[in-house]
Amino acid sequence: MFESLSNRLSSVFDRLRGRGALSETDVLEAMREVRLALLEADVALPVVKDFVTKVRERAVGVEVLRSVSPGQQVIKIVNDVLIEQLGGEGAVPLNINVPAPVPVLMVGLQGSGKTTTAGKIALMLRTKERKRVLLASLDTQRPAAQLQLAQLAERAEVSSLPIVQGQTPVQIAVRAMDAGRREGFDIVILDTAGRLSIDEELMDEVKAIRAATNPAETLLVVDAMTGQDAVNTARAFNEAVGVTGIVMTRMDGDARGGAALSMRAITGAPIKLTGSGEKLDAMEAFHPERVAGRILGM
Amino acid sequence: FTKRKLDDEALEELEELLIAADLGPRAAAKVIASFRRTRFGKEVTDEEIKSTLAEEITKILAPVAQPLVIDPAHAPHVVLMVGVNGTGKTTTIGKLSQFYRDQGLRPMLVAGDTFRAAAVEQLQIWGDRTGAPVVSGKQDGDAAGLAYGALERAKREGIDVLLVDTAGRLHNKTALMDELAKIIRVIRKLDPTAPHATVLTLDATTGQNAINQVQVFRDLVKVDGLIVTKLDGSARGGIVVALAEEFGMPVHAVGVGEKVGDLRPFVAAEFAAGLVGANDPAA
Ligand SMILES: Nc1nc2c(ncn2[C@@H]2O[C@H](COP(=O)(O)OP(=O)(O)OP(=O)(O)O)[C@@H](O)[C@H]2O)c(=O)[nH]1
Ligand SMILES: Nc1nc2c(ncn2[C@@H]2O[C@H](COP(=O)(O)OP(=O)(O)OP(=O)(O)O)[C@@H](O)[C@H]2O)c(=O)[nH]1
Ligand SMILES: [K+]
Ligand SMILES: [Mg+2]
Ligand SMILES: [Mg+2]
Repeated sequence: MFESLSNRLSSVFDRLRGRGALSETDVLEAMREVRLALLEADVALPVVKDFVTKVRERAVGVEVLRSVSPGQQVIKIVNDVLIEQLGGEGAVPLNINVPAPVPVLMVGLQGSGKTTTAGKIALMLRTKERKRVLLASLDTQRPAAQLQLAQLAERAEVSSLPIVQGQTPVQIAVRAMDAGRREGFDIVILDTAGRLSIDEELMDEVKAIRAATNPAETLLVVDAMTGQDAVNTARAFNEAVGVTGIVMTRMDGDARGGAALSMRAITGAPIKLTGSGEKLDAMEAFHPERVAGRILGM
Repeated sequence: FTKRKLDDEALEELEELLIAADLGPRAAAKVIASFRRTRFGKEVTDEEIKSTLAEEITKILAPVAQPLVIDPAHAPHVVLMVGVNGTGKTTTIGKLSQFYRDQGLRPMLVAGDTFRAAAVEQLQIWGDRTGAPVVSGKQDGDAAGLAYGALERAKREGIDVLLVDTAGRLHNKTALMDELAKIIRVIRKLDPTAPHATVLTLDATTGQNAINQVQVFRDLVKVDGLIVTKLDGSARGGIVVALAEEFGMPVHAVGVGEKVGDLRPFVAAEFAAGLVGANDPAA
């Protein structure tokens, strides 16, 4: 389906092999290919434009080395800028070094993987950081959502907040934090219902939840298959609740995952974790270098 | 209205509009190329541009707009709901259940997702809401065996439509895709013509990966058509145009919310207008 960026760029540059420096026109032509590759990888259009500008500025005037093809040189620049824009090398850990109980809020569109990720984070914190974790479902919308989280809590061997019918999400959040304090939990993970970025009523509700709990982390959970709408989602959630970290789920699929770049560019928040399966241990730290390679198909 | 000339710059803007709606760069370029042939250089208003562009896209989509037709003579008509995780399979089954009830038919639901936490309970609630019986088995049980038993029971009880839910699965996971093929093999022992419709749910927020999804599901389980979910959001679902171009993949309906009544027929002209923002107030 996708022609690799290296093939494309080497055909653009074939005829200028061995010349002095990369000219404005050479680079312009190459940037058309870079733009196309990023769009096919689902990077959002406004983000692609900014990205291409950055790469162009860096590429123009670069000396063509005798030993390396100009195509490879441009790819190196593209790759470097991409890693930078994804957050630089290495992974950013969760920020949970605040007084207990530490509230962690999960937000995102319907079906993006919030509840599963809440279970995964609970398991990770229990086993790797020896934390006492309480899982609380604030999802009064989706059928059996609270039961789903309770079952995941059992699988992760952590506690879940008892289900009380008829409470609002804000009431549940307050009850969860009370239970967290009273029962000596280190971390309280608040899972919310999926919501559309244009649903004002539900966006107001998640604002109220945030105001009532003051989370140390507000994690936006995003599907790696997301297309151009990534921009709307990132902007709306960030404006409403101030996203502190992003989780990309379904990285076990074969999507190129360009939404990672869009999310990072729009929110400025680091991508912290990636989901790579349905089981609770299928979660890894985010490594910008690997995802850059994936977006470029290398 | 101010008129402007449909020049290269204007066409490039339109191409970007289509890319931003998830048509993908290839399908967008194709639509714009044929648009250019007929309209280049004309003086047009913004309104006219959008409505004619929508017409161009309607031409691509009209042939794939095909409702999901049920033939109660199959007694029951078996609908197998498949798709990637979280795309809306279970919810769509709930909506279809209501839709068929409203037509005076008798649906039965099968909780074929024996894997995900509380998947059975979720479907059970949809059954209760729509007054349809739900057949379920053990957690982590064999979905194919469950579907077989449900079909037997449905035949006995004179059910018209058997709506079989399945666990979400990524198309690149061979073992999970084989499991789906097994469900089909096993129910065919009872009715060689089943499933009478295999429906793939596609989340409207999905980008270019939808092409891989459709290709693999189609090759392995012969998908009859799509239901595009979550169109009530800001995503426009433009990938459907690429899917129509590439595979001629039928689209049966669209999901526009989480409630039982939030299923609509797929209407090519309406969808195309939504794609280009022809209905947007101030675009
Ligand atoms: N393959 C794969 N599936 C995942 C991953 N994360 C979640 N899922 C699956 O995606 C589906 C939806 O996950 P949920 O955790 O229910 O998503 P959610 O965001 O809580 O959904 P709502 O509460 O309905 O908005 C389930 O089938 C999960 O098993 C992942 O990283 N990889
Ligand atoms: N806004 C909106 N939400 C939808 C629509 N269809 C489904 N959803 C929501 O999307 C989420 C996932 O829906 P499910 O029906 O559980 O999806 P699924 O494909 O069965 O998920 P798995 O079984 O986990 O693979 C739920 O929160 C649904 O309420 C729709 O048309 N619009
Ligand atoms: K929409
Ligand atoms: Mg959930
Ligand atoms: Mg389901």
